[in-house]
Amino acid sequence: MEPVAQTPSGRNDAADEMRLIARLRAGDQQAMSELYDRYSKVVYAVALRVLQDAAAAEDVLQDVFLQLWRKPDAFDASRGSLAAWLAVITRHRSIDRLRQRRPETDIEECVITSGPDLRDETERTLVVEKIRGALAEMNPDQRTALEMAFFQGLTHSEIAEKTGEPLGTIKTRIRSGLQQLRARFA
Amino acid sequence: MKTHEQFADDLALYALGELTGAERESLDEHLHTCAACRRELQALRGDLGLLGLSSSGPQPPVRSKERLMRAIAAEPPRVPLSTPVELSRRSSWWAWVPALAAVALFFVAIGMWRSNQHMNDLVAELTNRNQDEGMQLDRLNQEMRLLTSPDAVHVSLNPMKSPRQPSGTAIFSPSQKRMIFMASNLPPVPEGKAYELWIIPMKGAPLPAGVFKPDAHGNAMMMDHPMPEGVEAKAFAITVENEEGSAKPTSPIMLLGATG
Repeated sequence: MEPVAQTPSGRNDAADEMRLIARLRAGDQQAMSELYDRYSKVVYAVALRVLQDAAAAEDVLQDVFLQLWRKPDAFDASRGSLAAWLAVITRHRSIDRLRQRRPETDIEECVITSGPDLRDETERTLVVEKIRGALAEMNPDQRTALEMAFFQGLTHSEIAEKTGEPLGTIKTRIRSGLQQLRARFA
Repeated sequence: MKTHEQFADDLALYALGELTGAERESLDEHLHTCAACRRELQALRGDLGLLGLSSSGPQPPVRSKERLMRAIAAEPPRVPLSTPVELSRRSSWWAWVPALAAVALFFVAIGMWRSNQHMNDLVAELTNRNQDEGMQLDRLNQEMRLLTSPDAVHVSLNPMKSPRQPSGTAIFSPSQKRMIFMASNLPPVPEGKAYELWIIPMKGAPLPAGVFKPDAHGNAMMMDHPMPEGVEAKAFAITVENEEGSAKPTSPIMLLGATG
């Protein structure tokens, strides 16, 4: 099993994260440092997988955490997990960089709702294992469409062209693939 | 024109940021009127988050953290813009449930604190019970500890000039360096403006203590707010400032309350 983000102290629970976010909103730099220790590996992994370039991934890592510092209220803790939110923001920022375009996603508009509680480190490890299991069991065509869209930033038209499948099929594969992941945690 | 069902596949592309042009505009328009699609969009973003978490890789270089912390230290000071419970223009009504629960407990606790020590024991017992009920109650417990702290100071802020009789209450604990502030009957603020709470120290200029906007009923609160270290508060005050917050009051005091 691949490890996910670790904290130096090994202490990582939901209440802790709520306190860290409250401190972050109050401008506490130490809270930022602790959140970085907790989630930098997740952010770096997503950026590296999209960009395939360590220096560029470092830049995105910096940008994502700096945005979190500047706009901590953009993350709505009542709806989703910070880990999932950071993963989505990182993916979008990485794709923007890949396409050498200005950031198109306003982090304040990225409201997410996530099912599993990812604030506890042990829970998060189990969830990640479950996600990988779901992807491994997924129809290969569906998994490929999802990965091309999320990690390679290809549009559905580009995916259709590469795979020779109809546009509508690709759209449906992406949507139903995401819903399959969700169903694992229903 | 597309029907509700026909937007289903487009929602995933929208969540990926891949929907453009007329298709995006059409879905944007639909999202304005369709709560079910808005919920599905948020859920799809959550699904994307799960997909992102499937990635694994090395730890980022140590220099990355050093670079980040240097950048943060160089950022201009930021006035905290409230806590999660009060900043909810995008949130549904149920997002206020934890806050309302906190308020209810808050008033119950005030009554207990004022009555007698026996009731304080009851609060402590309730607090201990709450600690087992997860993250949300954990936060409420923090507020309870502040309310029952022997050095907790309650300050009532009275209206200066207002026909609607706005009022505010600040409770702070010097030892815990935390405070709670609640206000009611506040008139709405103009676009781009917000209320700013000030700590007026024994010596020196007023210190900004948070920016907030009241809800539709004129109520607002800042729960578990940090107090600056080493500051002896003489009074609390509220003024109307730009929503980004101000380093010093720029408008007349609307509410004022002395600690003594």
